[in-house]
Amino acid sequence: MKIVTGNDLKTGEVTWWTGSEWSTNVNDAADVGADAATVIATEEAARRVVAAYAIDATSENGAVRPAHIKDRIRALGPTVRLDLSLDPSATPDQVL
Amino acid sequence: MYQYDSYDQAMVDARVAEFRDQTRRRIEGTLSEDKFRPLRLQNGLYLQLHAYMLRVAVPYGTLSGAQMRMLGDIADKYDRGYGHFTTRQNIQYNWIKLEDAPDILADLATVEMHAIQTSGNCIRNISSDQYAGAAADEVVDPRPYAELLRQWSSFHPEFLALPRKFKIAVIASATDRAAMRLHDIGLRMVKNDAGEIGAEFYVGGGMGRTPMIAPLINAFVPVDQLITYSEACLRVYNRYGRRDNKYKARIKILVHELGLDEYRRQVEEEFAHLQTLAIEPPLAELERIKGFFADPAWETGLSDEIDLSNADFARWVAANTVAHKAPGYAIVNISLKPIDKNGKAGIPGDATADQIRIMADLGREFSLDELRVTHAQNIVLAHVKKADLFALWQRLVEADLATANLDQITDIIACPGLDYCSLANARSIPVAQKIAERFAAPAKADAIGELKLKISGCINACGHHHAGHIGILGVDRKGTENYQLLLGGCEGADTSLGTITGPGFDENGIVDAVEKATNVYLANKEGEERFLDTYRRIGMAPFKEAIYG
Repeated sequence: MKIVTGNDLKTGEVTWWTGSEWSTNVNDAADVGADAATVIATEEAARRVVAAYAIDATSENGAVRPAHIKDRIRALGPTVRLDLSLDPSATPDQVL
Repeated sequence: MYQYDSYDQAMVDARVAEFRDQTRRRIEGTLSEDKFRPLRLQNGLYLQLHAYMLRVAVPYGTLSGAQMRMLGDIADKYDRGYGHFTTRQNIQYNWIKLEDAPDILADLATVEMHAIQTSGNCIRNISSDQYAGAAADEVVDPRPYAELLRQWSSFHPEFLALPRKFKIAVIASATDRAAMRLHDIGLRMVKNDAGEIGAEFYVGGGMGRTPMIAPLINAFVPVDQLITYSEACLRVYNRYGRRDNKYKARIKILVHELGLDEYRRQVEEEFAHLQTLAIEPPLAELERIKGFFADPAWETGLSDEIDLSNADFARWVAANTVAHKAPGYAIVNISLKPIDKNGKAGIPGDATADQIRIMADLGREFSLDELRVTHAQNIVLAHVKKADLFALWQRLVEADLATANLDQITDIIACPGLDYCSLANARSIPVAQKIAERFAAPAKADAIGELKLKISGCINACGHHHAGHIGILGVDRKGTENYQLLLGGCEGADTSLGTITGPGFDENGIVDAVEKATNVYLANKEGEERFLDTYRRIGMAPFKEAIYG
């Protein structure tokens, strides 16, 4: 699947496009198919997101997994400060 | 230490107001990201992997207690309760909101701090020797010259759009504690046969994807020509640096491609021209600056005796304190590479808001209200009475800041790596932690002695891996983290660049490879040889055999 991610303009938080809005939870990310460029252009113009880009990902049992480790770390948080992540019970192995 | 005059303060305050307006316009939509990005970068505000990151300048690494306290308060008020001290003697905050950035800069301005020129293709924060003003081996205190260069380079209209970023270091000792020759320009203050002070100019060093050791281009530039000569060096670079190729845009490439003699010839030609324009600031300004760095009135009659009956304290004194030029005083290093009682390692360079404030208090109480940030991501209290060392150490123990490992294998420089940095290819911090934990037992680290290990998460080399006795470079191999091992780098007076041992390793494999390398050293060391000395004597072959055999 193709998903779109970026950072919230005001807060800088990592966000994922759900199809209608932005979520900080990667599992909310929607498959945008071939529409990534349109989503990015529209949302950046509306200043809801900055530095948006499309990535490859897979989805299984409701869990969305970005293809590249860099985006998996973006989705979770620093592997060395999981106490600050969206899922403090996660382990670094989950993003590797 | 230097204190702002009305011009300094007015410039910083004006920049805060300007950036506040730019940020407002960005949020309101009258400024596009394309236009805003270079403006926020000029104020040290990056967009990193997880959020905005703010890099705050610490000129030549020197801070007052009040400034350090403010850094702790900012970590609490605007970030997530911690900061990261960097290899440029700066501090970075990882979780900044754009809408808060102008307020942070305003808070910084109240203590004479800012984030100006901590990013972009300009002259960056000038670094120096963390023991300046305290080291027994320095010719002069290098900081007045660094401050003069800071004033010259701040908002210098000709050098705000260089081909690439530009880093300057100033030292004044034979022992190089600032990786001076791995800078775009390195100055070593020296005294000539006539007893006059001047500077050796080394130009064209750097790390990154093409590491180079800066060659000496002028063995003695008098102090009344420092700025003019620096301007000449920059002008030649600004005129001919490779703007067509980002990867060939640093001055080291220009010096290399022109050749040292031709680059020097052009600098001398430009220097002769600039001398006719009389751009050098009056020496009175340098003397004014020197006044801020004059030696304090050292207390006399202090004892050099230290009660070392507490074994843990004795080990800390041996590892983390350094001789001071004044009798009865010591230089104290606070390691930001903690290892707790269970052998668990912390994050290199990180300190909590509370720890930052505690260090500020300790600087005020024990070190003439002054602290230093080191390029090795530690903190220095430069002027501590030996009679106060035990009391200071007890306070550090309470704050989990008393790890005794300066310059040992667990005192690892590590960039933020893929855990935080959008440029990184691999994580640095977990590797540093695993290595530190492998060597956490004091006896094990003590047996190895001085071993500077440095880790970068990408070829940009923010973790100085080229200059590590052992260096580690993280790379992306088909979407998987892979770590290359380098041996033989050194940042000191005998600067050298590390050599890659061979194929890379995974995260656990690189830890094993480091241990094998240290085993080769321990098996082959002669006398008081350090790891680096043994490597230089026996060469790469025995290490490769042990690591790959």
